[in-house]
Amino acid sequence: MEFFQFTEEQEMLRKAVREFVEAEIAPHAAEWDEKDHCPVELFPKMGEMGITGIFVPEEYGGAGLGHVERAICLEEISQYSAGLGIALMTHHLGIAPILYFGTEEQKQKYLPDLAAGKKICGLSVTEPAGGSDFMGQKASGELKDGQWVINGRKCFITNAHVADVDIWAVVTGQDEKGRALMTAFIIDKDTPGHTTGRKEHKLGLRGSVTGDVNCVDVVLGEDAVLGGVGKGAKIAMSSIQEVGRAGMAAIAVGILRGCVEESVKFSSERILYGKPLNKLQAIQFIIAENRVDYEAAQLLTYRAASLKDVGKPCATEFSVAKLFATEAAIQAAKRTIDLMGGYGCINEYPVGRFLRDAIATIPAGGTSHVQKLIIAGSTIKGK
Amino acid sequence: MSLNIAVCIKPVPDPDYYDKITIHPVKKTITREGIPTIINPVDKNALEAALQVKEQFGGKVSVITMAPPNAEENLREMLAMGADEAYLLTDRAFAGADTLATSYTLAQGLKKAGPFDLIFTGTESADGATSQVPAQLAEWLDVTHLWNVQEFMVEDRALKAKMGMENGYINYFLQMPALLAVKRSINKPRYTSVMGVMKAKKKPLTLFTAADLELNPELLGLQGSPTKAGAVFTPSMARKGQELTGETEEIVEQLIQVLRGAGLNLETLNVNEAGRE
Repeated sequence: MEFFQFTEEQEMLRKAVREFVEAEIAPHAAEWDEKDHCPVELFPKMGEMGITGIFVPEEYGGAGLGHVERAICLEEISQYSAGLGIALMTHHLGIAPILYFGTEEQKQKYLPDLAAGKKICGLSVTEPAGGSDFMGQKASGELKDGQWVINGRKCFITNAHVADVDIWAVVTGQDEKGRALMTAFIIDKDTPGHTTGRKEHKLGLRGSVTGDVNCVDVVLGEDAVLGGVGKGAKIAMSSIQEVGRAGMAAIAVGILRGCVEESVKFSSERILYGKPLNKLQAIQFIIAENRVDYEAAQLLTYRAASLKDVGKPCATEFSVAKLFATEAAIQAAKRTIDLMGGYGCINEYPVGRFLRDAIATIPAGGTSHVQKLIIAGSTIKGK
Repeated sequence: MSLNIAVCIKPVPDPDYYDKITIHPVKKTITREGIPTIINPVDKNALEAALQVKEQFGGKVSVITMAPPNAEENLREMLAMGADEAYLLTDRAFAGADTLATSYTLAQGLKKAGPFDLIFTGTESADGATSQVPAQLAEWLDVTHLWNVQEFMVEDRALKAKMGMENGYINYFLQMPALLAVKRSINKPRYTSVMGVMKAKKKPLTLFTAADLELNPELLGLQGSPTKAGAVFTPSMARKGQELTGETEEIVEQLIQVLRGAGLNLETLNVNEAGRE
């Protein structure tokens, strides 16, 4: 492992993002959670800040930075609102395939507005039959008279109802061994036949929209194909592995820092037996465990992100980071609730939300069991 | 019309570390070692005002501070927020300066970096809060100045400005060059963008030591500071509990004795014999 250290610019960037988050996000996070409101109105502001297009090159209107900087933004935001964190992370998840696999025309057409936060992006892969059974998808694309006709239903799609640009992966044929060949398409939200369906009422990560997106005889030109016919599986998988799981890990790191700070704050202010709670060893153990989990999750996440930025393989590293950070976030939130006693169950404090949000990070981008399969697989192969 | 604009800023102790601040028993100055600094909050309003003028009329915004070398970080933050260049006046000879010596040094720095059409400062610093530097600085530079500015408009090479008073405001017309000390309500400082952070590193930041400026050594630092602090002490914040026992009436009697003993004038609080009935 390479030694990881933030640069001076990255530290300054964190400070700048934190100031924005403390003013524009922290005061509203509880309300967004309670009302399940996705603050789409913040996207143009995040665009001006450079957050929505953080890893998009400057020539396409982005900040021209990398995935370490993206993780910094997600961590800072998710310390207060993991719900907005996943909405932003999914926006990036949709941008990534356009940036990494799109044609020059597609990049010119979509990236400037997406980087500026004027438009929101989504990625529709999961289907009712299951998210982990990736190759068993039913959504289809047929080429008729030089045009693609897309049909299918996608579910558990983050940003479903707020995305202006939607990336779909559908089955467009079979290879010689009879395996599904998938192709990715860029679909504008107003394309006839492209509709949204049910909106899920979630346990956590509220403040982001999750729901169904349908395509009924959606007709697309050849110019909507992303990365070439038959390349959809690779595009979707690499985006989920290196941008989706990366984002979920960073969100969990943000929740973990929230747990560290809340445990310190509460235990310093709460007086019991005539002294602050944090004078008790049992309470100190909780604070120490929260910090160790936070730092370990942070190191794993930023190590993987720095590998991504230098173009080294990082899929397994992101799985390790995602598995550890999300599971640790659940444990830390539960521990912090324990530390607070009855107050931990009162919704005026954010820790209950931290626990709900942490639980909801598990299925996004592959459950912990899926991460273990990936990690074990590459470990057995000696990678 | 292109304007050369300066903004004076001051790094002040981070409020999160106020409990770590101590006062030097002999020099009677604040011991800042090991205390992280932030930019004096109202100085960001001063920069915002300068950036708005630049956006409207064109020109250049320079930030300047007299501070220890680590203030470079604070200046970089201002460059990231949008300033074009920065000057750091730093030298052991500047240490221990009161407002007069500070304003003199800043004035000499501004003369070297300038000339400037407009100079912005905040009304006061979060630590010293004397509000003396803006006026002193303008006097050293021999430019018009106004303090507690809540609104202003640039017209040609003149300014219309509103100075806040206790119960209202006064409108002034000023000729440039001028110095405006702005209050916090004048604007909302912009956020520093990610792009701003990336550009900051490439913007010029110049260090001036005493040798780089035209200075009268007698007016510098502790030597040039006529302000002499009297007794300075840190009040003891320790609390001591004392249990009063007896019947309610007796406890109240005791309590009153204790409060009187502590110097509280109960009569002025309307607690007297009649009031107790």
